[in-house]
Amino acid sequence: MAAAPDSVGGTSPGGFIGWIDQRFPLTKLWREQVSEYYAPKNFNFWYYFGVLSIVVLVNQLVTGIFLTMNYKPSAAEAFGSVEYIMRDLDWGWLIRYMHSTGASAFFIVVYLHMFRALLYGSYRKPRELLWIFGCIIYLLLMAEAFMGYVLPWGNMSFWGAQVITSLFGSLPIIGGSLVEWIRGDFVIADATLNRFFALHVAALPLALVFLVMAHLMALHEVGSNNPDGIEIKKLKGPDGHPLDGIPFHPYYTVKDLAGIAAFLALFAAVIFFAPTFFGVFLEEANFEPANPLQTPPHIAPVWYFTPFYAMLRAVPSFAGTQVWGVLVMGAAIVVLFFLPWLDRSPVKSIRYKGPIYKIALAIFSVSFVILGVCGLKPPSGIYPLLAKICTGLYFAFFLLMPWYTKIDSVKPVPERVTGHA
Amino acid sequence: MNDQVVDPGRRRLLTIATAGIGAVGVAFAAAPFIASWEPSARAKALGAPVDVDASKLEVGQMLKVVWRGQPVYVVRRGPAVLTDIAAHDSQLADPQSLDSVQPEYIKASGDVRARNPDYWIGLAVCTHLGCSPLGAFEPHNASQVAGVDLGASWPGGFYCPCHGSRYDISGRVFKGQPAPKNLTVPSYTISADAKITIGVDDVAKTA
Repeated sequence: MAAAPDSVGGTSPGGFIGWIDQRFPLTKLWREQVSEYYAPKNFNFWYYFGVLSIVVLVNQLVTGIFLTMNYKPSAAEAFGSVEYIMRDLDWGWLIRYMHSTGASAFFIVVYLHMFRALLYGSYRKPRELLWIFGCIIYLLLMAEAFMGYVLPWGNMSFWGAQVITSLFGSLPIIGGSLVEWIRGDFVIADATLNRFFALHVAALPLALVFLVMAHLMALHEVGSNNPDGIEIKKLKGPDGHPLDGIPFHPYYTVKDLAGIAAFLALFAAVIFFAPTFFGVFLEEANFEPANPLQTPPHIAPVWYFTPFYAMLRAVPSFAGTQVWGVLVMGAAIVVLFFLPWLDRSPVKSIRYKGPIYKIALAIFSVSFVILGVCGLKPPSGIYPLLAKICTGLYFAFFLLMPWYTKIDSVKPVPERVTGHA
Repeated sequence: MNDQVVDPGRRRLLTIATAGIGAVGVAFAAAPFIASWEPSARAKALGAPVDVDASKLEVGQMLKVVWRGQPVYVVRRGPAVLTDIAAHDSQLADPQSLDSVQPEYIKASGDVRARNPDYWIGLAVCTHLGCSPLGAFEPHNASQVAGVDLGASWPGGFYCPCHGSRYDISGRVFKGQPAPKNLTVPSYTISADAKITIGVDDVAKTA
């Protein structure tokens, strides 16, 4: 078959690929999304975490599919089937630990990915929708992780589910019947486990994969931000490509492969040597079966939820309802969606922002970590007070942002990206 | 009629009407799926009353039973906690149980919240987020829950390990706790020899 011009401007290969290209935009997609997607040439270490979250997503999908082949989603059999996978199934322990460690790894890379956006203003115009897709992914990921944690039907699974579903019960008027509707019973029961399984393995992964695609499409439409926070599309060479851009493939595919290799080495080390990560990735109370009569002496969610859990506990009930803590926790997530419009700084990147933003981001990051620690600890001693202070600081970072980013001093932003030529 | 001319208003109306009818169809089609999440007939049927024999319970001991899938505590109380039961009313969020859930005869019983003051019966479901509170029945013993300092003035009661809510021995929540209400007391009957039936208001109805 003769080479024919295509819509991208180059020529389509002949042969088998040519045959496909006439029926499906394979070469076109490859060029637009990969080999001729121009990314800024000054990406640094922080730009690994996007691709790493895709790596972990694939890990979760593959190991998850294999776990469903032996897992039994019923209250009577779930705990036993997980023990069966761990003890009797060939390599079952590896598949299960890859999945459980992958859940924590997912949140590590996603939190770092989000922090990167805070550093370099990656949520600013024209990337608002990109950021919002990301926030929805984060929200769905939390639902996915929560339901996944219920499936082994250990005692922490049971009581964690009890606490989180009870959150909905605090809503006025509809609360009580809403909780029964979610649980499918008057308490957490077989029906709850079964439907969480369905959501965890089918509905939410499907939604996540679609949203990740939308996230990438939005990214490739507006182009990647970079550590200098300047738009590389503004300065184009005679070939029409950004002067400060390099093709994603082969430059960043090769760079990302190095990052993926380093990540997988750490990931494997945790799976082999510390799969429970000292009770942080998998909690001790979950190694005994669910017991509706016995709350574990100390109940705490897995580490990636603890900052929000600490906020929930920090707010006392008043006016006869505990809905306020739930609202504060929900607001902590909702406020993320508004970030693109809260930041009024004339510059995007922290490199050119003034001292106020740097201090604010530092306080915010430390508060978030302290909240995470508070959520892991029992609610006594200094922790309730610390949690209250840090909850205040968390919201101050967002809600005061329109003012402090406006009065903050800024440095002049260069025309071209900085760093190595 | 000239079918070469497009009437945009008419076209918009038809589009909106079609979309509207479609939305109604989607809502009707969604209803069975949403309703399928309600507790099933089998789950509803498992709500029968439960009999408990508390006659062998010593003072300071507690029985846990399951009623409607929820844990229920039966606590035998002694004079050590009962004589001072009204002393800490000022520290409680709802001492007379006005905003809490219980049968009328329990509300009428005031501080003891029981048909027989020696036995307290209530759902072991924290009104905050549904955890099961721990018994900490010894008054003035600050360290009977591992890792928690209850304070020297602790009158004896319940401590929820999840978020630290504290209740007195009648399941009444202290002020400033995450939990908004006193522990729920279910309907029950209790005989002179401490035979308890949970889930019914009086003996006659069970017969």
